[in-house]
Amino acid sequence: MTVLRTLIDRPRIARWFYGYTPPEHGEIVLSHRRVYIVPTRLGWMFGATVGLLLLGSINYALSLGFAMTFLLAGMGLAGMVHTARNLARLAISLGRVEPVFCGEAAQFRLYLDARSGFDRPAILLRQLASGAQLVTDVPADGVAEAVLAVPAAQRGWLDLGRVMLETRYPLGLFRAWSYIEPECRALAYPRPEYAVLPAPSADPRAAAGRAQAQGNEDFSGLRNYQRSDSPRHVAWKAAARGGALLTKQFAGEASAELWLDWAQLPADLPLEARLSRLTGWVLAAEQAGLRYGLRLPGAEIAPDGGDAHRSACLKTLALYPVAPN
Amino acid sequence: MSVAHPLAPDARLVTARDVAWLAASMIIVIAPHAQRAPWWLMLLTLGLYAWRGLLTLNAAALPSRWLLLAIAAIAMLGVRAEYGLLLGRAQGIVMLVLFSGLKLLEMRTHRDATVGVFLCYFLLITNFLYSQSIPIAILMCVAIGVVTTTLVGFNAPGRGWRRDLRSAGLLLAHAVPAALLLFVLFPRVQGPLWGLPQDANAGVSGLSDSMTPGAMARLALSDAVAFRAEFAGEPPPQPLRYWRGPVLWDYDGRTWRMGETALADFVVPKGGSDVYEYSVVLEPHDRKWLFALETVSRLPPRARFTDDGQVLARRDVRRRLRYEISSVSDPEPVAGETRALLERARRLPEGTNPRASALARAWRAESADDAQLLARAISYLQNNRYTYTLEPPLMGKDSVDEFLFSAKAGFCEHFASAFVFLMRAAGVPARVVTGYQGGDLNPIDRIITVRQSDAHAWAEVYLPRRGWIRVDPTAAAIPGRVASGLARALPQDVGLPLMMRPQFQWLRALRYRWEVLAHKWNVWVLDYNPDRQRDLMAYFGMRDADWRKLTATLFTLLGGFTVLLLVWSLRKLGRQDPVQRAWLAFCRKLDDHGVRRAPHEGPRDFAERAAQRLPRAAEPIRAIAQRYIALRYGAPEDAREIGALRQAVRRLRLA
Repeated sequence: MTVLRTLIDRPRIARWFYGYTPPEHGEIVLSHRRVYIVPTRLGWMFGATVGLLLLGSINYALSLGFAMTFLLAGMGLAGMVHTARNLARLAISLGRVEPVFCGEAAQFRLYLDARSGFDRPAILLRQLASGAQLVTDVPADGVAEAVLAVPAAQRGWLDLGRVMLETRYPLGLFRAWSYIEPECRALAYPRPEYAVLPAPSADPRAAAGRAQAQGNEDFSGLRNYQRSDSPRHVAWKAAARGGALLTKQFAGEASAELWLDWAQLPADLPLEARLSRLTGWVLAAEQAGLRYGLRLPGAEIAPDGGDAHRSACLKTLALYPVAPN
Repeated sequence: MSVAHPLAPDARLVTARDVAWLAASMIIVIAPHAQRAPWWLMLLTLGLYAWRGLLTLNAAALPSRWLLLAIAAIAMLGVRAEYGLLLGRAQGIVMLVLFSGLKLLEMRTHRDATVGVFLCYFLLITNFLYSQSIPIAILMCVAIGVVTTTLVGFNAPGRGWRRDLRSAGLLLAHAVPAALLLFVLFPRVQGPLWGLPQDANAGVSGLSDSMTPGAMARLALSDAVAFRAEFAGEPPPQPLRYWRGPVLWDYDGRTWRMGETALADFVVPKGGSDVYEYSVVLEPHDRKWLFALETVSRLPPRARFTDDGQVLARRDVRRRLRYEISSVSDPEPVAGETRALLERARRLPEGTNPRASALARAWRAESADDAQLLARAISYLQNNRYTYTLEPPLMGKDSVDEFLFSAKAGFCEHFASAFVFLMRAAGVPARVVTGYQGGDLNPIDRIITVRQSDAHAWAEVYLPRRGWIRVDPTAAAIPGRVASGLARALPQDVGLPLMMRPQFQWLRALRYRWEVLAHKWNVWVLDYNPDRQRDLMAYFGMRDADWRKLTATLFTLLGGFTVLLLVWSLRKLGRQDPVQRAWLAFCRKLDDHGVRRAPHEGPRDFAERAAQRLPRAAEPIRAIAQRYIALRYGAPEDAREIGALRQAVRRLRLA
């Protein structure tokens, strides 16, 4: 079994066996070799009905009975081709996936490009690992967006993994399906534990700023907007007048430096709880508009503020103990 | 892990639209049954449909199974009362009609609904048990379209019905070639497999093995087709078209009966002026007679011949039968008949019709021989002003006397009966022959359609040196009957089928065209049987087409068709432009050798990296990337350039 597995996982052989080499990059086109098809239970019933009608036609020598029976048989055959066609050569591409917190659902966006003059109704997408699924219609020569909400059970990278596409259109007599394994992953941050922010640390590196840590009530001027600035500090009124984006600066802001330090947490706290607490702190600190830094064993992010900084901190926490990048 | 499957039919509930479509499908397929099924059952079924419709509109709960079972049980009792028996084909079909209503009422999921669709297909085909005419075929084609649209609708929820209709139409259109292949090539076996029920041919009309006064006249009112004949050459003129059927020997004073007939060896008649070769498509009449023009010169294969010249099929004709046969006119007379038969042809019941007997004896005394006597009898009929009527007065015990001397009006059976009586009373062997006379020659396809209204009775008389000769007493008395057909021979049109009345010429012309179509339909669609299949296969060059050869051919062609359909369906699908295809092939090749393009990597960077990783192929890799970039981002595409790119990718050897 293992030998077989190893053999199958060689890229060339895997492509022959699965029709693709997992994980797949970029746009995935379901070649007809990747589309499997079998009759459904109703399909078997339909076959039995046609058989019965055939027997009746023979017994009563009903020529039109033969004609209709054979038309139904032909329809079954055409139905099989049409079911396969509903999936065949569908092009699937992946959209951006926003990071989520552990316990939330990652929204994987899949774009189904019909690339056909006809529409492709009732296509089921199911992420096999979680069972997240939805049914979508792809318009003729159009693109349908399908969002698979996959719950993030643990922090770290959440791979989309294998996704099954299935259809029974147009007659429900056949079930065609195909698997894709796109290279797509979502980042799951640790589940945040909302807790009171720690007192600014006694760390000497931060001590200089402590005296001035007055909060951010005192407006002290404007500077050019930078992408990491919190939107709450953007001078929207100025922007509304047609000017460039400016960021309001407050007296306390530059100086309030807060270290969110692994070492500040109780020693007996388990790893995940620790990361949850730190995540909660990051969120709270960002909410408060503070400048904060993160210090973990083997990783340190210098104090800063804004969304990019927040994301970097959360990513570090999500992937701990592996450093990001 | 068990997740509800959103495409599984038992997980999807039916919608109002599904119910409406399925009900419409059911109405179309049961509509033709309305003319046969008991009216209360049709009403009950429609009521059940309406009930379901109301429940769906009001989003109300469906009735319990027990209530439906009770309805079914009561309806079964009703069917039993109506037909006397619960089992039988007609009963089975009306119960299926009712079940369609019950099925609709217990339908919750798409699984039930699909079973309802299968029931519709089933009901649709039961209509053909009663009629396979072109109008029914057209109606059923519409029905199959509606039913299939319904089924497609179940599988494409939330899409407009027009799209469903188009999908169903496309499906059926794609099904037609396969259906044709199956129809032509599926090995046909001669049914029945388990025996036809007794009522399979109930109500067919036609000649019988006896003739009572009034029977022929009743038959003459029927417009039903008896058979159609197609001649290889010119058909004989109307007055010579005597289609011979049952021969009646035994008379009891009122009814002529066939009695016993013995099979005989067929003797090919000698001489003859005209030879007619023709094929007959005989409608089922539940008897063995095969009708043929006098005098048969070649029997159809497997047919039998009797000592009184009837042509018989081996079994009762219960489905439309086509046979090839030849006849010859005026062959050399065949004299010589067994004594027993001649004796039988002179027998009469004692003491009936005294006046007719006396007349016959008088002729006997005045005539030198049988031929002279025959001539006297014919001139008697010609000169006594008999009238021809579909409604002769009721006659009593001595019916021949009454007809000849008092009523002086009758239909062909009266003339034939009286004439044969006279001949026998005079000691000349004679017999009644029934069959058809004339037939309508369609000017469009030159096919002669013979209807029940052409039924006729005439006489055959045995003369010593000339053998049996035909005498038509009706023609002698009423010359117009045979020369121009029944309609003109009758004094008024009362009681004649509409089409037969002379003033409806335009209707007749229309009917001729329809007849052509109907005949072609019968021959090519309805009568496609094992024999015709063998003939057709021989025409296509397949000798001795047995089921093995047919099946093999069928599967080969069917497989070929499926592949063609698949290729055709995929033809325009997901077609990327050739440049992109070539580039992807290139990327795949490199991927196999461990160089994978990162999503962010442009073609130039990727090619450079690949070239460094695979230095032996560096040159072609860079060249391909160059070509790709030029085609992708550069000047308008040029077919030759694209070809060059494709070729370069194909020739790229990395290992």
